[in-house]
Amino acid sequence: MGVRIKIENLDFYYGKFKALKNINMNIYDKKITAFIGPSGCGKSTLLRTLNRMNDFVDGVKIDGKVLFDGIDIYNGGLDPVELRRKVGMVFQRPNPFPKTIYENIVFGLKNNGVKDKKILDDVVERTLKGVYLYDEVKNKINKSALDLSGGQQQRLCIARAIAMQPEVILMDEPTSALDPISTAKIEELLLELKKDYTIIIVTHSMQQAARISDYTAFFLSGEVIEFDETSKIFSVPRDKRTEDYITGRFG
Amino acid sequence: MLREGFDKRISGLKDKVFQMGNMVDSLISESMEALLNQDLEAAAQIEKKDDKIDKLEMEIEGECMNLLTLQQPLAGDLRLIAAALKIITDLERMGDHAVNIAHVTLEIGKEPFIKPLIDIPKMADYCHNMIEESLNAFANADVEKAKKIAEMDEEVDKLSDRVFEDVIDIIAENKGLLKQGSKLLFIARYLERIADHTTNICERIIYMVTGVYKEIN
Repeated sequence: MGVRIKIENLDFYYGKFKALKNINMNIYDKKITAFIGPSGCGKSTLLRTLNRMNDFVDGVKIDGKVLFDGIDIYNGGLDPVELRRKVGMVFQRPNPFPKTIYENIVFGLKNNGVKDKKILDDVVERTLKGVYLYDEVKNKINKSALDLSGGQQQRLCIARAIAMQPEVILMDEPTSALDPISTAKIEELLLELKKDYTIIIVTHSMQQAARISDYTAFFLSGEVIEFDETSKIFSVPRDKRTEDYITGRFG
Repeated sequence: MLREGFDKRISGLKDKVFQMGNMVDSLISESMEALLNQDLEAAAQIEKKDDKIDKLEMEIEGECMNLLTLQQPLAGDLRLIAAALKIITDLERMGDHAVNIAHVTLEIGKEPFIKPLIDIPKMADYCHNMIEESLNAFANADVEKAKKIAEMDEEVDKLSDRVFEDVIDIIAENKGLLKQGSKLLFIARYLERIADHTTNICERIIYMVTGVYKEIN
């Protein structure tokens, strides 16, 4: 099984605060990896480290390596803009641009100089179909994306991310603001998307991690306490702290 | 500690499985005593007592389903509930075998035994020890004990084989004894099955504690 991202001896500081401590982990290709743990445990920090989103935060210092296909993304191996094209991101709250559905999807491509309308039209149709949104919006793709429901907006954000043909998609609690039906649709979508993409998802829902992920990492106070196949983490965790967290004894 | 209410229900579930096990253990002992003393009145009561066990099984199953549905248990909690669901099925079948033995007792009636019953009570003693020990292993999550209990099953199997040989020899010599002889064979078979079910319970205890499915014997 291929390793897409290899994290080696990673320490992460916000100023003096050490938010991640000696993280070592493999992210496997075309699998869904879930990060779970109580608030403030470092899971979102690690997620944002993988496409250098933390570069914009003051006082951040990183030791160790993050290897993307063997290339060290922090030591000059890969241009951050190129990295973020390869590693897309979807956030907790749907955040479409205040533009049309169409413009949301082609935004990244246009910024990268793609002007051919036929290519752009094709991408819009393909990605909307890819996130199972096409039938719902095909008659209003030139209307504002803000008119869509929350669940539709989130699927649009995923479509926007995959329009750039990334290799990895990072998701930070992508369904926490959605109702159960929209959540189920996103989960089904992720199971489809993992045929083509490597997905990492931060989630506070144990059931969501159990339902959709192949691997799960449990974080506590900046450390990865346990990383294993999801079925093992939720049936026979090795560490008592993992067991206590997933069974709701603390957290 | 969070989830105190849930923890109480989990420990209540364990208590109920333990209680059901004790009821089954007692029922088998009573059924055997009725057989050995040819106490037909006592034998006639066994079925009614088994109804209580069946009722408790349904109650425990309901509680398991309720916990699964409403509490979404995981890891050790989930394994305990899964083990409980399987264990009560075995216990219920063991209770049925106690009833079967009582039925045979009633069929034999007051007719003198065709041979002194020696190995059959020995089998019952083993079964009693196995059940008692397995219930303790369940309560204490004791994997080593669960593994050891399975060894006793082999002794029960040996005794069962001996009963079969003895009874078949007797029948071969005197076909008139076929009717009661075949009933005694059934009793040996029921006890042997009881020991097998207890072995299943031990497998479930090992799974409950370790998360590993391990077939014993």
